[in-house]
This record gives sequence, structure tokens and C-alpha cells, in this order.
Amino acid sequence: MEAIAEKKSYQVDDRGYYGNFGGAFIPEMLYPNVEELRENYLSIIADPSFQKEYNDLLRHYVGRPTPLYRANRLSEKYKTNIFLKREDLCHTGAHKVNNTIGQILMAQRLGKKRIVAETGAGQHGVATATVCALMNLECIVYMGELDIERQAPNVARMKMLGAEVRPATCGSRTLKDATNEAMRHWINNPVDTHYIIGSVVGPHPYPDMVARFQAIISEEIRWQLKEHTGKETPDYVIACVGGGSNAAGAFYHFLDDETVKLVAVEAAGLGLTSGHSAATTALGKPGVLHGSRTILMQTEDGQVVEPFSISAGLDYPGIGPQHAHLYASGRGIFMSATDEEAVQAAFELTRYEGIIPALESSHALAILGRLGATENETVVLNLSGRGDKDMATYMKYID
Amino acid sequence: MNRIVSLFKNFNANADAADHKAPGLLNVYFTAGFPELNDTMRVLQALQDGGADLVEIGMPYSDPVADGETIQKSNDRALENGMTVRVLFEQLRNMREKITVPVLLMGYINPVLQYGIEAFCEKCAETGLDGLILPDMPMDVYLNEYKTIFDAHGLLNIFLVTPQTSEARIRQIDAVSEGFIYTVSSASVTGSKSGVSGDMQAYFERLDALNLRNPRLIGFGIKDHDTFVQASSHAAGAIIGSAFIRVLQESDNLEQDIKTFVREVKNYPETIEA
Repeated sequence: MEAIAEKKSYQVDDRGYYGNFGGAFIPEMLYPNVEELRENYLSIIADPSFQKEYNDLLRHYVGRPTPLYRANRLSEKYKTNIFLKREDLCHTGAHKVNNTIGQILMAQRLGKKRIVAETGAGQHGVATATVCALMNLECIVYMGELDIERQAPNVARMKMLGAEVRPATCGSRTLKDATNEAMRHWINNPVDTHYIIGSVVGPHPYPDMVARFQAIISEEIRWQLKEHTGKETPDYVIACVGGGSNAAGAFYHFLDDETVKLVAVEAAGLGLTSGHSAATTALGKPGVLHGSRTILMQTEDGQVVEPFSISAGLDYPGIGPQHAHLYASGRGIFMSATDEEAVQAAFELTRYEGIIPALESSHALAILGRLGATENETVVLNLSGRGDKDMATYMKYID
Repeated sequence: MNRIVSLFKNFNANADAADHKAPGLLNVYFTAGFPELNDTMRVLQALQDGGADLVEIGMPYSDPVADGETIQKSNDRALENGMTVRVLFEQLRNMREKITVPVLLMGYINPVLQYGIEAFCEKCAETGLDGLILPDMPMDVYLNEYKTIFDAHGLLNIFLVTPQTSEARIRQIDAVSEGFIYTVSSASVTGSKSGVSGDMQAYFERLDALNLRNPRLIGFGIKDHDTFVQASSHAAGAIIGSAFIRVLQESDNLEQDIKTFVREVKNYPETIEA
């Protein structure tokens, strides 16, 4: 790993950019908070006491390393070698907790007393409320008023964990509005509050910090794959992308190894041309969203468009700036899957392997047939979350 | 000379002569296309007629993170009304036939980027606009990429400082600013708090002691004559936003209500029509 760390060219530069994307497009009110984080995050992460606490919690609390499982029946069907990285087995049910563990330890070291977060489907909100309970910090989660109605079980989980769930009542009343509200909360409480962003989005250093906390995924994939196949690198790594944190983690240690094809799968919703989609790179243009220059879905006038996907975790109008750079530079292969394809893929994995995936991860599964991987090639697919939270949706398709 | 620069210059000259009656300069913010799409020019004219010293026209945005609920809702409404950057320039096309006060555009950077920075600045100059307030435009991006374009079109970029801004950064902002510095009164989004607290007092005094080269206007939490006078005693004047949006929301006689509001805030007893 040390060897590749030296020549990472797709990582953030010292100005906070990935190529033309990234930066910190924030109002002055947020500048001191973000600057405090920027000045300290690398040294805090590098500190041995931080590393020890982070790694201990990942091992004993989250349940890492998560397995890298060779999906034999699925491999047979697609005539290639498919390995599933089982992030669905993490505590709280998805990769999200890797980041919240890292950020709560960061917040403690910055002397913060209160945590604010945004959530769409509630997965990041639950992962945040969980670590706040663990560390006894006050937790406020903003959630779009519409999402609160749609995701009652996760609202209940957050409340049981002791978090205060506040509705975002302006705009479209979904994830992007919850993100706006969390940012406003941070503006109003600049000194004692840390904002735990749930994905590789936001102003620098958030995309880099969150990617570092998720990088454990690809770190494990390398040695696990070597145990399975004798070789650390696969031919393909596939992950779904909303904001893109699970993809950022799954790609991290393969970025500079150009023999590894990095496949990002976006949510096409009802179809790319339907007007109800969340496939950002297919439909978006460069611009500024939530503090960074990236690719986002917008009107000609530059207003942010409300995306659509069956999967609340992919229902975001932008992508992280690193993903924008991977797209623009051609390093990443961007594909998309519709709601229907994702649901079919969820049922396929369930029937072939006995694993019920999250709707988000199902989008990554849905492109296996279109990937073009051969029988001698190796495919690692990041199974970012489990499907418990999506049972209400899946039930509609049973019978 | 840029209208903003000359406004402050004259104000200072008058202040030295101690013969001006207003406690400070009043900058009023309103959202373009609110309450109705074609109200923009009406509101602007009424503000000038009422005695606003400068006006800040908000370009509505879907995700205004620095703004509180009142301004957010006015943004949503304006967008529903069909307001866009293009429509706004169309509405303001002949504004300088009647409007003599300095006028700034306030907004978020994404719509400006989509219009194209160069084209946007050109259009601003053509329209007779004097400055821009783009709170999510980083200083380094402005200095490295946009400043020469702003300068070429005679547009001032107004920076914000907050109680959390370090002295070093305030000095940096002062060095690259022209016109005035937008002094955010407290750690907040627009419209969340009102009045001038003891903490704010200390912060304003700290700013005073820095002897900055630029005048300051205090914004956030200014809503009426008393808060305007309080703020003006610590700066060249103040900015009213959310409180004015509420006037527009509730008004059934825009011209009259706007003029009354501005006059009450400035409180020129001798100019109020009986």
C-alpha cells in the first residue's frame, strides 16, 4: 500500500481540488469551521491514538473486516468471477458507519460537544445517531419532511438512539434540503458543533476525509482478494454512486492502478430520458453544489433539480468532486441502472446467494450482465448495504 | 466612479461636516420576482423613492444555504413565478433611466457560473449594476479567476466578515475589498436573530479598532428604526433583508408600504408626509 500511496494522482491536491472539481465554495460564516477542520484533519487521522481507537472500533464494534465472498452461483450465471464485499454486514447495516466512527473521533479531538447531520433515507442518520450514543454526544439530524414520512422505521431508530430528528420544510423537502438545513445549523452554531457529512460531498476537506474513512473497504479487498486468488487487484471494481462514499472507499486503493476498471453505477430512476432520474453524470453539468465544484443536475438557469430514484440513498442531484474528476478524466466508467433493473437484481441476488441487498447496492448488481467481464477476469462488487430497510418496497414485487 | 464608492465617499464627507440627518446608510435587500414576477422594478423604484441609500437585489436560488426561512421562502416563490437570471436582466434593462441609487446583485454562484461569468459581468455593466455579493464564492477563486473580469466591468465584489472571522482574514478581506464590507452581526443565517447584543457590541468595537480602509454595513438581525440606529452607531449603516421581505409578503399596497417602511426605518421626521 505504501508503494501506491506515493503516486496517487486522482487524490485531492493541496488546494483541495481533484482536477477541476472540489474546492470550498462556502459562505464566510462557515469558513472558520471548515478551516479548522482542514488545518487539523490530516494530523488527527495520522495520530497513533486516533488510528488505534478507529481501528479498534471498526474491528470490535462495526465488525470489520467484512467478508469478501465469492458468489459462486452468480459467477456461474454471468460466466466470470464475482466477489461481493460484504459492507451490508457492518453494524447498522451499511458502510456508512465507517465514516461516522471516524468523524465522531475527529469531533471529539476538535473538542466539539454536539453533532449535526443530514440524512435522506435515514441510513446516515442512524449511523450518526449510533456513534453519538456510543460517545455520549448530542445529536441533531435534519431530514426532509417528505423523507420523514417515507422512512418511518429509520426515524424511529434515530429517536430510540437519542437523536433529535428535525424536519427540513423548505424547497423539495428531501435530502438536498436536509443538507442545506444541516449547513445552516452549523452556521448558527459555529463553535461547539461538528457537522458529520454522510458522503464524499461538501467543501474540502470533507470529500477527502470521508474517502479516507471509507478507504478501509479497498484496503481489505486487496489482501482478501489475494487470499482468494493470489492477486491483490481485480479487473473490475463496481459500486453504486449517489454522493459516492461507498464507491470512493471501494476505489481508493485502486485509483492509480489503471489495470483495474472502476465502474460507478448511478440511479437512472424511471429511465435516463424520463425526467425522473438521478443519473448525475448522464444528465448533469459542472457547477457548484453544497460547497464544491462538481457535476450536478440543474436547469439551464443553474437551479438544482430534484432527482428521482427508488433508492433514497442514490436520490441526490450531485456526485462527490472526486467522482466528477474520475468521470471527466475517463478513469471511471459511469453506467446507470433503472429502478426496475435494480429491483430485479435485488431479487436475483436474493435467490442466487441468499443475500437481500439494499436498493442502492442493487443498482451495482444490475449492470453485471452488461459489464462484459470474461471467465478469466475478476469482479469485485461493493455490496454497500443490506435490504432490511427496503422490505416495504420489495414486498410490492413479491407474488 | 462606481456609485457605491461615491455614495460612501459623500456620506463620509457629510459625516465630517456633521450636517447629515440620517444615522447611517440604509441598504435594503429584496428577492427579484417577489411577491410577483414583475414586481422587481416596482419594488426597486419604491425603495429609492422611500429613501433607501442602496439596494441589493437577490437572484433567487433553489438552495440558499446562507439564508434563513423568510428569504428561502421568497426564493422558492420567485422561482415558482418563473424568475431566472435572464428574466432579471430583462426586467432591469432600462433601470438606469430612473434609478440613481447604487444597485447590487446578491446570489449564489451556481446560476452565475451557468450564465457564464464573463457574460454575466458584461450584462451587469450594461444594466448599470454596481456590485455583486456572492457569499459562496471563495476569495481565492475570485482573486485568481474572476477579479480581472469584475474590474474590467466596473463591478465591486462585496465580501462578508462574521464574528468568527480572524483578524488576519479580516485584514486580507479589507485589502482586496472596495466599496464596503458586509458585516454579519452574529453567527447566523439571515433573519434568525434580532437586535444588537453585548457580544455583538464587543465585536463591532473590535472591528472599529482595526481601522479598516473600507466602510462597513452591518447586516443580519436589522429590522426596524431602533436596530438600524444601533447598528449605524457602529458602522456606516446597515442592511435590512428578512424584515423587508415580510413587509412585501403582507403588503396589499406595495408602493405605499415600501415607502412607509423605509421612512420609518430611517425616521426622517421632517420628510415624512403627514
